[in-house]
Amino acid sequence: MKLTRRNFLKVSGAATAGLALNGLGFNLTPVQAYTGALRIKDAKETPTICCYCSVGCGIICHTDAKTGQVVYTEGDADHPINQGSLCAKGASLYQLAQNPKRAANVLYRAPNSTKWETKTWDWALKEIAKRIKKTRDATFTAKNAKGQVVNRCNGIASVGSAALDNEECWVYQAMLRALGLVYIEHQARI
Amino acid sequence: MTNHWNDLANSDCVLMMGSNPAENHPISFRWVMKAKDNGATLIHVDPRYTRTSTKADIYVPLRSGTDIAFLGGMIKYILDNNKVFKEYAVNYTNIAFIVGDKYDFKDGLFSGFDKDKRAYDPSFWAYVKDEKGIPRRDPTLQDPRCVFQLLKKHYARYDLDTVSSVTGTSKEDLVKVYEAYSATGVPDKAGTMMYAMGWTQHTVGVQNIRAGSMIQLLLGNIGIAGGGVNALRGESNVQGSTDAGLLYHIYPGYLPVPSASVTTLAEYHKKFTPATNDPQSANWWQNRPKYMVSFLKSMFGDAATPENEFGYGWLPKPEDGKSYSWLDLFDAMYKKEFKGFFAWGMNPACSGGNSNKTRQALANLDWMVNVNVFDNETASFWKGPGMDPKKIKTEVFFLPCAASMEKEGSISNSGRWAQWRYQAQKPVGQSKPDGDIVLELFNEIRALYKKPGGALPDPILKLKWDYMTKHAFDPHLVAKAINGYFTRDVTIGDKTFKKGDPVPAFAMLKEDGSTSSGNWLYCQSYNQDGNNMARRDKSDPSGLMLYPKWSWAWPVNRRIIYNRASVDPTGKPWNPKKVVIEFAGEVKDGKYTTQKWTGDVPDGPWYPLKNPDGSVREDGKLPFIMKPDGYASVYGPGLKDGPFPEHYEPIECPVEKNVFGSQLTNPVAAIYATDRDIIKSCDPRFPFICSTYRVTEHWQTGVLTRWLPWLIEAEPQMFVEMSEELAKLRNLSNGEKVVVESPRGTLEAVAIVTKRIKPFTIQGNEVHEVGIPWHFGWVWPAEGGDSANLLTPSVGDPNTRIPESKAFMVNVRKKG
Repeated sequence: MKLTRRNFLKVSGAATAGLALNGLGFNLTPVQAYTGALRIKDAKETPTICCYCSVGCGIICHTDAKTGQVVYTEGDADHPINQGSLCAKGASLYQLAQNPKRAANVLYRAPNSTKWETKTWDWALKEIAKRIKKTRDATFTAKNAKGQVVNRCNGIASVGSAALDNEECWVYQAMLRALGLVYIEHQARI
Repeated sequence: MTNHWNDLANSDCVLMMGSNPAENHPISFRWVMKAKDNGATLIHVDPRYTRTSTKADIYVPLRSGTDIAFLGGMIKYILDNNKVFKEYAVNYTNIAFIVGDKYDFKDGLFSGFDKDKRAYDPSFWAYVKDEKGIPRRDPTLQDPRCVFQLLKKHYARYDLDTVSSVTGTSKEDLVKVYEAYSATGVPDKAGTMMYAMGWTQHTVGVQNIRAGSMIQLLLGNIGIAGGGVNALRGESNVQGSTDAGLLYHIYPGYLPVPSASVTTLAEYHKKFTPATNDPQSANWWQNRPKYMVSFLKSMFGDAATPENEFGYGWLPKPEDGKSYSWLDLFDAMYKKEFKGFFAWGMNPACSGGNSNKTRQALANLDWMVNVNVFDNETASFWKGPGMDPKKIKTEVFFLPCAASMEKEGSISNSGRWAQWRYQAQKPVGQSKPDGDIVLELFNEIRALYKKPGGALPDPILKLKWDYMTKHAFDPHLVAKAINGYFTRDVTIGDKTFKKGDPVPAFAMLKEDGSTSSGNWLYCQSYNQDGNNMARRDKSDPSGLMLYPKWSWAWPVNRRIIYNRASVDPTGKPWNPKKVVIEFAGEVKDGKYTTQKWTGDVPDGPWYPLKNPDGSVREDGKLPFIMKPDGYASVYGPGLKDGPFPEHYEPIECPVEKNVFGSQLTNPVAAIYATDRDIIKSCDPRFPFICSTYRVTEHWQTGVLTRWLPWLIEAEPQMFVEMSEELAKLRNLSNGEKVVVESPRGTLEAVAIVTKRIKPFTIQGNEVHEVGIPWHFGWVWPAEGGDSANLLTPSVGDPNTRIPESKAFMVNVRKKG
């Protein structure tokens, strides 16, 4: 039996349930003691793909069963590209999941104001929608100077984003094109 | 990438140029080192000696912005020394094509140049065609107007002395690289090229990559294991976001965005569907109308009908001949042409060229929406350096979004693998996945347009928008829509599909509205077999690490594209030791009688070009199926700046003369004219070349890394790397805080004085280069410094309009 580290931990988890020595041919007691102390002991493993460069390394997130929070991340040993290894950024993914500086609130800065105000989603999305409609209606061009139908919203531009998942990118482009935007750009251009 | 990350290990020679994979794509280097373990030669060409250089067998320096001179010299070396893989190049590339009499090149300019318009007329560069409209070829390569002979003539000027005086690379070093790399021009050797922004961010960016591609074609290195032209893309999903058409000029799946003059869908099909009379050309884009109609169906669902051209008229049309690219967008914003702006998952105040122009432009808006995981220089621009919030009217909405492990969905890596990932924890605080924000926002917009009076409500009200499950964004529903489904019961061949069934693969998409597909290129990603992007089977029958059942790769799970070029015209692999695909049809009397390929998913199922007895098959197909004529382009008549790459100096450069001709810079480069577009070439106030780059510990503008304690501790602040010679010249010492300034901005940075950078000898003069990382910004950390892009110019490549961030001029001086 080829024993990878992750398989080994799975087997050692089984050992906790009283199946020590089963099939392995050596004593797992010390490992059992070690796993008992790990913070990932009862954590759920969720595979993810690194959010930094485009190599696409596999990472395992360990989520604590009680808190639902990611408590540890590590390279996915089963992933054919990185085979468990990670660079400095990928290895720090845990600190992206658990970071007190993460933006947690909807914020609004009024014209000429010197500060942010905390707002609700409902308020912000309704206000943004109003501005989109006002700008779109005021700057919409149905036909250009040559009389060709262009159905264009000239007053709004968008940049973004390679930070979105494929499915999010797709609905975002659909929304922008339905609104009539032509200035649609993102990271790929720069 | 034409190939993918694991495949780097299959290479015999790895040329890393315009990239620093050991530091910027560290895990890719795992496979580069595997190649080295297997005996491959590693070559690194870079202005700076980096960690990549430390592992290379050959490291040579070159001055930033002179890649075409370097690669042009390699083309000359390959031709002069008969290193061309002739059977490949003659059969699969256009080197045998005959070019018309109007093509010419004189003193730095190609024929067809209009000085007033600063543009070329590419019709001057057309091929000679026969009576059927098929390009004429001379397989003997003797015709003086064939591409091979024109290529020879064009690069005759790129001799070692001239190239060395331009690049600053010694003649001995040039020969070392040329010799090692051109040794792959044989059937059983593979050379690969790994490039990144060091090739792209120039006013000759596209031609840099073309020069590399031409070399790969001459040496027979495309389509094979361990070969290819491989872009090391910078962001985890920049491949996917490009595939999804988040750019002004393309819809999902690289369908061109039509401009105003293309007034009907019929005209669209006519304009963008290439034709060929060559029976051996697959001309895959002949299928474009099927993909376009399927895309329109995905946008407007049942509201897209043949009667209304499937909603074609609802889509916005840009003006003919006008560019809406990044540089143009911020130029227009600077000129107060917009009221509203989305900066979604981006930080443009630090990320584009000439950040001071961008930051000022943001102050010209009425409102802006920024969606991000952390505060950043764009969201908070109104309180940034030099800004007076009381005078800035821009309203800013900051929407917090979930991080990557807080939602479910797919991303596509550089090797075109679409990989599914899962939610590991709930989004922090009030943050939401971007998908939820988009859906909810559009629902609000839609509610407003349900009341009468709004401008053209149809595309808003009729957009297909049923992607929620239990009031939340459902990535599976969208992934299925991207894959596509049948819109009614249909029978194709002996198979019957019900309305709503997934389309198995893009060959089954239709032009009549019976199929919907959000992106034809992803058709097969989520089909009757389920979510193929989520697969985790590591079987590898090829032994080449193709991993056909791990995730899913576009197109149709092909792991190495153009793989029909990995076999000879009879379908036998050039290299029997590394078989990507092989024709395995039955043979009778020297002729193939059944159609079967083994190995990777071939670039089309058709027969090879010839039978085993050497007779030509009319039903065989040429390998470069995306080209209308079926041949890869050594000669590229479709670009804005000429069919062959020519060395031009960067827009800001340290020399007054281009030794290759009178034209100093790219005559058709994208340039802008606001008061913030200041360019100073050969100005003694800005005597040093500067280039930007990344470090391992940070990512892009640093938005997702500057806030992580481990990473910011490792790389805490802005620095400038310089040679010992330059430090001496300016009386600067290692660790000292210095000022780096360009005509557009000023930065403080810690001096790193190092042997890793050396002055260049350019046209007999000593020229210095410095380098700066672009990960920092004023918001965080407090002492971290600001963006390198405060110094870069807003000038760009004429084809892509990518900014020239990799070569511009600065001064470095003591602080105070």
